[in-house]
Amino acid sequence: MANAFVGVDFYDVDSLLSEEERAVRDTVRAWVEEHLMPIIGDAYIEGEFPKQLIPGMADLGFFGANLPEEYGCAGLNNVSYGLIMQELERGDSGIRSFASVQGALVMYPIFAFGSEEQKKHWLPRLASGEEIGCFGLTEPDYGSNPGGMITTAKETTDGWLLNGAKMWITNGSQATVSIIWAKTGAIDDTKSIRGFIVPASTKGYTAKDQKGKLSLRASDTSEIVLQDCLVPKDAILPKSGGIKSPLMCLTQARYGIAWGGIGAAMACYDEALSYSKERIMFGKPIGQTQLQQSRLAEMLTEITKAQLLTLQLGRLKDRGTMTPDQVSLAKRNNINMACEAAREARRLLGANGILAEYHSMRHMANLESVYTYEGTHDMHTLILGQAVTGLPAF
Amino acid sequence: MKIAVCIKRVPDMDLRFAIGAGGKALDPVGLKFDIADFDGYAVEAGLRLVESHGSGEVVVVSIGPTAVQETLRKALGMGAHRAIHLDAAEVPFDGMSIATALAAELKEGGYDLVLFGRMATDSANQTVGPMAAHLMGLPCVTAISKLDIANGRGTAERQLEGATETMEFPMPAVVTIDEGLGRPRLPSLKGIMAAKKKPLEVKPAQLGAANLTVDVIAFPPDRPPGRIIGEGADAVPELIRLLQTEAKVL
Ligand SMILES: Cc1cc2nc3c(=O)[nH]c(=O)nc-3n(C[C@H](O)[C@H](O)[C@H](O)COP(=O)(O)OP(=O)(O)OC[C@H]3O[C@@H](n4cnc5c(N)ncnc54)[C@H](O)[C@@H]3O)c2cc1C
Ligand SMILES: Cc1cc2nc3c(=O)[nH]c(=O)nc-3n(C[C@H](O)[C@H](O)[C@H](O)COP(=O)(O)OP(=O)(O)OC[C@H]3O[C@@H](n4cnc5c(N)ncnc54)[C@H](O)[C@@H]3O)c2cc1C
Repeated sequence: MANAFVGVDFYDVDSLLSEEERAVRDTVRAWVEEHLMPIIGDAYIEGEFPKQLIPGMADLGFFGANLPEEYGCAGLNNVSYGLIMQELERGDSGIRSFASVQGALVMYPIFAFGSEEQKKHWLPRLASGEEIGCFGLTEPDYGSNPGGMITTAKETTDGWLLNGAKMWITNGSQATVSIIWAKTGAIDDTKSIRGFIVPASTKGYTAKDQKGKLSLRASDTSEIVLQDCLVPKDAILPKSGGIKSPLMCLTQARYGIAWGGIGAAMACYDEALSYSKERIMFGKPIGQTQLQQSRLAEMLTEITKAQLLTLQLGRLKDRGTMTPDQVSLAKRNNINMACEAAREARRLLGANGILAEYHSMRHMANLESVYTYEGTHDMHTLILGQAVTGLPAF
Repeated sequence: MKIAVCIKRVPDMDLRFAIGAGGKALDPVGLKFDIADFDGYAVEAGLRLVESHGSGEVVVVSIGPTAVQETLRKALGMGAHRAIHLDAAEVPFDGMSIATALAAELKEGGYDLVLFGRMATDSANQTVGPMAAHLMGLPCVTAISKLDIANGRGTAERQLEGATETMEFPMPAVVTIDEGLGRPRLPSLKGIMAAKKKPLEVKPAQLGAANLTVDVIAFPPDRPPGRIIGEGADAVPELIRLLQTEAKVL
């Protein structure tokens, strides 16, 4: 068996972390090594999310770990939260996606936009994994432009009547509760977008797996249909208002994803490095050739840059000054970097690189989803373009 | 039930390590430190005993420089109730010196059980537990793989070559722990946060005289390279001759 993963730390970035941050990272790293790595290859091939891992993740406090203790969460700072995402994605982007959705896209909106009763009811249950959540924003015809959504919520005497369809929803089929975004006013009024807590057992709510994925196969991605789905009046998230509310959730999730990209890239670099030292071709290790050293040097450089940039992003978030544009830069850079690292690692591994027994190709395929979701790479380019020129190009 | 667990901060010996310039110690550069493996099992054993008992406390104790506080906090993160740091600039190699300091701290502490790992994974002396037991005048069972406490008496199992030995002992007692009692749990994220608020007492270590010193640490010599005598059936007679005359295994 390969040696336990020890991370990549060429610039002693560890010395910039507190003892507590390192302890959090070490717990998640050890958990991934022990519980995720042995099963992830098979889960990926089977196309199944490994549900059996949920209780263990919940017991250790992986869900919504940066939310306060009074709601059953760990109350960690944002750097520690980022390190959790990094380590989970070192294992698999699908597992990190599960935790991102549960924490940043379900628990966070309840925390930020929910009433005190909603917080007290839902957050401890989501932290403990008793309830599994999903986040329904994207629709078949509205991806990069979610403000165009056509799902509606009409207020009636009995509550809110939801109608519409959501697509590409992570955790959709296994979720017991869904955060659904819908327009409460005119169809061109993005200010009327509100969030609703919709239990999956609600009449008129159906979720079905999206089949045929070649990426994020160990994650559940579903289509959700809402047909005259009636929820009580208090299902609305009272403090949500306008498209900026779901976008605030995405900022939280993207922040974690930026960290996750480092994890996936480290996994690929680590695999490529050890393979390059062991694989003998033409009488010497391939790691002793200039071509492969160039691959490794490039990966190491990009990982190190991403580590420093993302740690600073975390420090800004902990200070309360982080901007969404800064998150766009990190998500865009890190996921693109991870895509490149995964592809180069896969190539370095020769034919072995296409096997599920190794990890690089799984990461490579997964990262194509991560490149697309939470704002495509292109969209983040346009966000940065707008940020510096003041001129929107989308 | 009141349980003390003595833990040592050691370098992770699975990672690549180098011998320092003086040849008497490991080069500290690049080493990653953690609770010694068997000591982690001892913490787990202590926590399980207190949990199954429904009450009591687990006190973790470590000797060394300030850095051992990180290791103590890891055990607090796993669930230990409080920690004692016996401050010493260095951890002596002589087990008796260490055992003296631990016995001085633990003797009057009112502990029902004092747990140790079977050995520290760096120095591998296997001496500190039994020596501390002797100094405290307590019975000592070593390298156990199962432990039950009932009616003020302990029952422990030890794995012998091809057999299992079951022993009974009165309490208080010293027990050293092998693997088998249950893998050490990971500190949960809430545990890590809680550890910062748990008591951690710092006292000077009253080390005993150190009579042993390390003379030199060396890696084993490289194995001589293999030799290819020939290929195919033609090489067999020569191979047999060499196995008889040179390797002397036939
Ligand atoms: C595995 C997976 C899981 C997902 N999970 C969730 C989830 O849990 N919840 C959720 O709500 N959504 C989820 N999504 C949806 C995801 O957020 C969308 O796929 C994403 O926003 C892109 O939308 P789209 O697929 O409709 O692509 P489109 O918006 O159709 O984009 C297609 C292409 O056009 C480009 N493009 C779009 N607009 C412009 C422009 N103005 N200028 C230049 N180029 C442009 C894009 O960059 C992209 O390359 C998930 C997606 C995937 C793949
Ligand atoms: C799906 C599939 C089908 C195949 N079908 C067949 C088949 O039908 N028949 C058959 O005979 N073979 C087949 N192959 C084998 C294929 O030809 C080999 O995989 C290929 O030659 C590479 O060899 P390798 O996998 O051992 O990689 P390696 O030779 O170990 O190479 C590993 C890495 O090192 C690099 N490298 C190697 N040498 C050097 C050097 N000197 N300097 C710098 N870099 C170097 C390589 O470019 C690669 O990136 C198949 C492979 C696959 C994946």
